[in-house]
Amino acid sequence: MKPKTLLALLTVLAAAGALVLTAQNANFNGVIKEGEQLKLAVPDFRGSGGADKFMQVFNDTLWNELDNGGVVKLVGKSLYPLNIPQRPEDFTSGSAKLTDWSQPPVEANDLAFGYTAEQNGQFLLLGNLYNVGQPSPAQASLFAKRYASTLDENGARDVARQYAADILAQFGAKSLAGTKIFFVSDRSVPARRLPDGTTVGVKEIWEMEYDGSNQRQLTFYKSLSSQPAVSPDGKMFAFTSYPQKVEGSYVVDGNPIIMIHSLDPDRRLNFYNPVSSIVATPEFTPDGKHVLFATKIGAEKDPKIYMSNLQGGELMQLSHANAVEVEPKVNPKTGTEVVFISGRTGHPQLWEMNIDGSGAHMLTDGTGEVANPCWRPDGQYVAFSWTRGFTYGQYNIFIMDMVSGKWDQLTHDTGDNENPSWAPDGLHLAFSSKRNRVTQIFTMLANGTHVQQLTTKGNNLEPVWTKGIN
Amino acid sequence: MRMNQRTLPTAAFCASLLIVAAGCHKKSAPAPPPPPPPAPTTGTAPAPPPPKPQAARINSFTVEPETIQRGQPATLSWSVANATDISIDQGLGAVAANGTRQVFPANTTTYSLTARSAGGMDMRSVTVNVTVPAPPPPPPPPAPVISGAEMLSRDAQDAYFDYDKSDVRDDARQALTRDADLLKQIFAADPNFSVVIEGHCDERGSAEYNLGLGDRRATSAKDFLVSLGLPESKIRVISYGKERPVCTEESEDCYQRNRRAHLAPAQ
Repeated sequence: MKPKTLLALLTVLAAAGALVLTAQNANFNGVIKEGEQLKLAVPDFRGSGGADKFMQVFNDTLWNELDNGGVVKLVGKSLYPLNIPQRPEDFTSGSAKLTDWSQPPVEANDLAFGYTAEQNGQFLLLGNLYNVGQPSPAQASLFAKRYASTLDENGARDVARQYAADILAQFGAKSLAGTKIFFVSDRSVPARRLPDGTTVGVKEIWEMEYDGSNQRQLTFYKSLSSQPAVSPDGKMFAFTSYPQKVEGSYVVDGNPIIMIHSLDPDRRLNFYNPVSSIVATPEFTPDGKHVLFATKIGAEKDPKIYMSNLQGGELMQLSHANAVEVEPKVNPKTGTEVVFISGRTGHPQLWEMNIDGSGAHMLTDGTGEVANPCWRPDGQYVAFSWTRGFTYGQYNIFIMDMVSGKWDQLTHDTGDNENPSWAPDGLHLAFSSKRNRVTQIFTMLANGTHVQQLTTKGNNLEPVWTKGIN
Repeated sequence: MRMNQRTLPTAAFCASLLIVAAGCHKKSAPAPPPPPPPAPTTGTAPAPPPPKPQAARINSFTVEPETIQRGQPATLSWSVANATDISIDQGLGAVAANGTRQVFPANTTTYSLTARSAGGMDMRSVTVNVTVPAPPPPPPPPAPVISGAEMLSRDAQDAYFDYDKSDVRDDARQALTRDADLLKQIFAADPNFSVVIEGHCDERGSAEYNLGLGDRRATSAKDFLVSLGLPESKIRVISYGKERPVCTEESEDCYQRNRRAHLAPAQ
C-alpha cells in the first residue's frame, strides 16, 4: 500500500472513530501478568559438610528456574531480614517470624527455605514452601520435602530443578519436563558451492529436549527438509521436502512436497500430494485427522490454503484470493479458526479465517511483513514474526491477544528473531535468532526475558515445541 | 564407383582415337589387285571384269544421349553400307545395316560397331557415359559440439524481480525474450531437451512465504516464455525460496541478484 493511500485510510478511519486500529497500536499487558502474580521470597540456602561448595550453583539454579517459570514474582534479596530460617523449627522456636516475610519491606506471599547437606556421599536438600500470610507455621506449610542427587555440581543443579518444579507447580505452572522441540538443522552435511556461486545446502529435521539436551536427527534425505509440524499426539511429524530423483546420470530435485513420518516406528507414511509445483507449510488440525497446507492446483498462479485428510485425500480449497498464502495454523482449542500469512494486500500480513474458508480478515495493520503465526495452547493468543518498525528482514517476535487484537513486542532488534513456537505451558516460547551471526534456537519467557540458547552446531531454526508423545 | 567427371570424356576420346587409328591402318594397306588375265585367242571382246567387291563402310554410328543416369536408356543408331556382316559388341551381336537399339548400361560403356565385307571392314565406337545418382547427403554432423545444457548455462540470462513482486519487469522481459530465442535453438537441436525455471528470493522475507513467492516468480517467467511460443510441456517450474542464494552479502546489490528466475536444464 502506498504511504499516501495508507495515510488517507488512517485519516478516514480515525475520523470515523475506528477503535480497532487505535487499539491495535497500543501494547497490551502480555501473557505474563506480573502485576497479578504472587510474590515469592527465596533466600540463599546454606550447605553443611561437602554440600557447601556447590551452594553457588544450587542457589543460582533455584533462582533462575523459579524466575524463568513465569508464574511468580521473585522479591529481591536485598529486602530480606537478616535472620534466614533453615528449618521449620526456626519458626516454631520463634527465632524466625512469618511476619518478617509477609510484611513490608518484603511483602511476600510465599517463602522458599531449607538447607542442604552431605549424607551418605549424596547431595541432600530439605526444602520447604510456606504461605507466610497464614497465622501459624502449621497452617503456613505448603510442603516439606527431601531431595537427593550426586554430590557434585550436576547433582546440586538437578536437586534445585526438582525443588523449583515442585514450587512452581504450587503456583499452577505446568512442568516442561518431557516436552520436545522439533527443529531444522543444516549441521549434518556442509553446504557446497556451484560454479556460478550458488550455495546448495542440506537441511534435516531434528528433535531435542526442551532444555536443549539429547539433540537427535530424525530425517536423512540429504535434501532440503524444513517447516516441521507435529501431530497433537506427538506420534507423527510432517514437513516440506524436495525429493531427490535420479534421471540418467543426474540427481535432480523434485518439486517441494509434504512428507509425513511416524516417530515410533520411525518410518515415512503415505501422503498423496496433489500434482503441483509446490506443496508446503503443513500443519495438523487439533483432532489430528487432517492436514492444512499451501499448494496451487491447475491453472492457479499462487499457492493457497488447502486441507486434506492424513493420506492427502478429501482435498478441499480454503482460501481463494490471488495472492501467495502460506502457513495455515488452526486454533488448537476450538479447531475452527485458521490464522495464516497472505500477501493479498501487498506485503505478507497475518490473516484469520474460519476453517471453511469464510470470514477472512486481516489482523495486522498492513505495515512491514508478517510470518510464522503460532497459537498459544489456550487459543487466546497468537505469536508471530513481524518486521514492524524495522527494515525488511529484521523480524521480531510479537504476540497478539486474539480477543482484543492488541499486540505486544517481545524481542527488540536483537538480530532477526523468527519462528516463535509456544511451549505447552503457554508461558514460554522457542524461537530462532541470528543475533550471534549464525541462526540458533533460543527459548524465552513470554515477556521476552530469560533468553536461553539451546543449540550451537551449524544453523538451527524453525523450532516447534510439543508436549511429546502422550 | 564414381569417376572424375573431367577425366572421363578425355579417356573416352583417347580410346576412340586409338580404335579409329587402328581401323585406318588396315584400310590403307589392301592387298594388290591380281594381274590382268592373258588376252583370249578369239576375236570377241573380253568380258568385263567382275565388279571389284566394295569395302564395307559405316556411314554413322551415334548414341543419343551420350550421357545418361544409371537405369536410363540410351539409343544407339547406325547406318552401314556394303557390309555382309555387321555386329555390335557388348553382347548386342549381329544387327541389320540400319537400325536403332536401346541400351541400359550400368556403367560407362563403349559400344563398337564392326561392319565387314569381302572388300574390307569398318569399325566405329561410341561411348555412353553413365552417371551414378549422387549418394544420400552425409548424416548431419553428430550432436553439436556444445550441448543444450552447456548452451543454457553459458548463455541464458536470469530474469530479475522487484522486492516481494513477481511481475516481469522490462529488463526481465528483454532477458526472457533472448532466453526464448536460445531455448528455441536448443529445442530444435535436441527435441528431448526440457528446461526448469527456478524461482529465487532474497534473504529478507520469511522462508515460508519466499517458497510461495519463488514459485510465483518462476510461474510468471514461464508464462512469459509460453507467450513467446515456447511449448509449455517442456518447461517445469520449481521454487527454492531463499534456500539457494548466489550471494550472501547484506546489500541491495546482492538482494537483487538473488531475486531471480533462473533457467537450468531439467536433466
